[in-house]
Amino acid sequence: MSTEQAVLDGLEIDNPVMPYLRKDRIPHIWCPGCGIGTTVNCFARALGESGLDLDKVAVVSGIGCTGRVAGYMNLDSFHTTHGRPIPFATGLKLANPELKVVVYSGDGDLFAIGGNHFFHAARRNMDLMVVCINNHTYGMTGGQLAPTTPMGATQTTMPYGNFEQPFNLPFIADACGAVYVARWTVYHVKQITRAMKEGLSKRGFAFIEIISPCPTLYSRRNRLGDGVDMVKYYKEKSVIKNGANTKEVDLSFQGEITVGKFVDRERTTWLDGMNDHFSKVFGSKFKKYGVHHVED
Amino acid sequence: MKADPSGVLVGTHFIDGDHAACEGALAAGCRFVAGYPITPSTEVVERFAARIPLVGGVFIQLEDEIASSIAIQGAVWGGKKVMTVTSGPGLSLMMEHIGLAAITECPCVFVDVQRGGPSTGLPTLPAQADMMQVKWGSHGDYEPIALSPNSPQECFDLMIKAFNLAEMYRVPVFFMMDEVVGHMTERVVIPPADQIEVVERRWTAKKPAEYRPYETNGNMVPDMVKAGDGYRIHITGLTHDERGYPSMTPATQDKLVRRLLNKIRLNADKLLDVREEHTEDADVTVISFGITSRVATAAVDDARAQGLKVGHARLVITWPFPAARIAALAERTKVFLVPELNMGQMVQEVERAVAGRAKVVSIPHAGGTVHEPETILAKIMEAAR
Repeated sequence: MSTEQAVLDGLEIDNPVMPYLRKDRIPHIWCPGCGIGTTVNCFARALGESGLDLDKVAVVSGIGCTGRVAGYMNLDSFHTTHGRPIPFATGLKLANPELKVVVYSGDGDLFAIGGNHFFHAARRNMDLMVVCINNHTYGMTGGQLAPTTPMGATQTTMPYGNFEQPFNLPFIADACGAVYVARWTVYHVKQITRAMKEGLSKRGFAFIEIISPCPTLYSRRNRLGDGVDMVKYYKEKSVIKNGANTKEVDLSFQGEITVGKFVDRERTTWLDGMNDHFSKVFGSKFKKYGVHHVED
Repeated sequence: MKADPSGVLVGTHFIDGDHAACEGALAAGCRFVAGYPITPSTEVVERFAARIPLVGGVFIQLEDEIASSIAIQGAVWGGKKVMTVTSGPGLSLMMEHIGLAAITECPCVFVDVQRGGPSTGLPTLPAQADMMQVKWGSHGDYEPIALSPNSPQECFDLMIKAFNLAEMYRVPVFFMMDEVVGHMTERVVIPPADQIEVVERRWTAKKPAEYRPYETNGNMVPDMVKAGDGYRIHITGLTHDERGYPSMTPATQDKLVRRLLNKIRLNADKLLDVREEHTEDADVTVISFGITSRVATAAVDDARAQGLKVGHARLVITWPFPAARIAALAERTKVFLVPELNMGQMVQEVERAVAGRAKVVSIPHAGGTVHEPETILAKIMEAAR
């Protein structure tokens, strides 16, 4: 029996998360100690608790380690190009508004190459839940500088330590108009699950940042230990401040991590705005888009 | 199947090519457009933005052409017929997503209203210099389809054909207009919906448990589903097997890429659209496409009036290149003349097809205006001597 088959057979045990995964794609590619799988576990549980019809949930990823999430979810799932899951998801959502569309990708994908799309989708209040796994590095390509790398951390393309200011992701999301903004670490599995459940039920642009270890590259190169050591760090240095001013939740190298739900507000989504506006402009000649009409 | 009447603006209109292209898309069933403004293509999306609310669909102006070229692909998996519209600089930004459309077999139409380049070049003036870019611009091997209209009427008629071919072959289809065709105003007749044939997406008849997204059932083009229908598909830009799952083996790569190429190459006879005049007895044949064909027609008519045996073959479908037809013409024609608004792109394909059996002469033009008919006529006279 092959090792792979043994692993698959082992999964026959009653695992509450398995129905949400593509069993025929397991084992996954993530390294031991990586936090992405933990977040996928939370996502599966959040899907279960959400009560959503899973045939109407789609997940869209970009490129990178987190970009592989789409391929493991037993949903309509799309693994797109680097940095572009948000515009793909925008088209998918607008073409079929009955879908709940989740973008699941990494910090480099969403905020370096894809930054522009994030800003504008949040500004438009596109009805998407965006989950960003922030491991402070480019894992798939071997540990290069990310727009989230803390000052002082070493990366292959910052071999003498990073001297660039990183992004404060919740502040960006807040400033651009996201209606839901939260940050947790992979230590906070209950809170991640709850945040995802809230994000799934939110109408509009919901953003969840999850700080996650990359033991193979980021932790090793910075001599921070393994995945367990990083989760210990998250446990010790995380401070829950719900409603915190996002301007003040900057991260620093191995410093305090402010976590919590920072923003939860209401704002008209792009599609609702379009429908409301055209109803005013065109009156009864306009049929609301994406709404089931009873044929007369 | 006949067109949905809600998108068909029946009647006789006096509109430019950009507006006519938009009407063609609406008649073809296009209900989602994402775009970014760029001269000389902007009027296409302006008209779509004005028309779509009461037709029933969505227009969204996105932050750039990169976003536009992938948002339309998301919309395809949401079940829509889609298009994006641009010109050279925007087309350059879209290249990665041409490849995504090719490997995921996403039926979509890219309208390129060509202007002079490279770079910002001549924003308001014509060229036909993106012909090789659409064929080769994205990395990897792929075979697109491209059409070259030469009038506002054709911007309407051929746009419907472009959408139909996208559905039939599941490839990115390029609609290769140019600034002159886009901004030229002429009579455009839009027939009633019941006279417009549209090809609907070929949805699978299989149930979710039996369906595999890239299983071809022998005809090289897989049947589609859309998100939300319970099929739980996985679609990736990675090399994938019939299940749509990533598979990083040379065997999977070979099978996939060969099929992506063969579904076009082995159907080249069905994708032939060369409009010929006087080629049956021609010693000299002009090969042209798009706006240049109208200039070439004037030159060929003049030459014929002077008793010269000159023919004209206009390429309406430019990709796949009609190599077999050009090779057949080379049995009789002694000289091929290839005027084009670039410094010699499609002439290379003519040379390959002719393979030394006749002389091939390029009539290049760097763009900014069309050729003078006299320039082409002079080349005809020279060739006929």
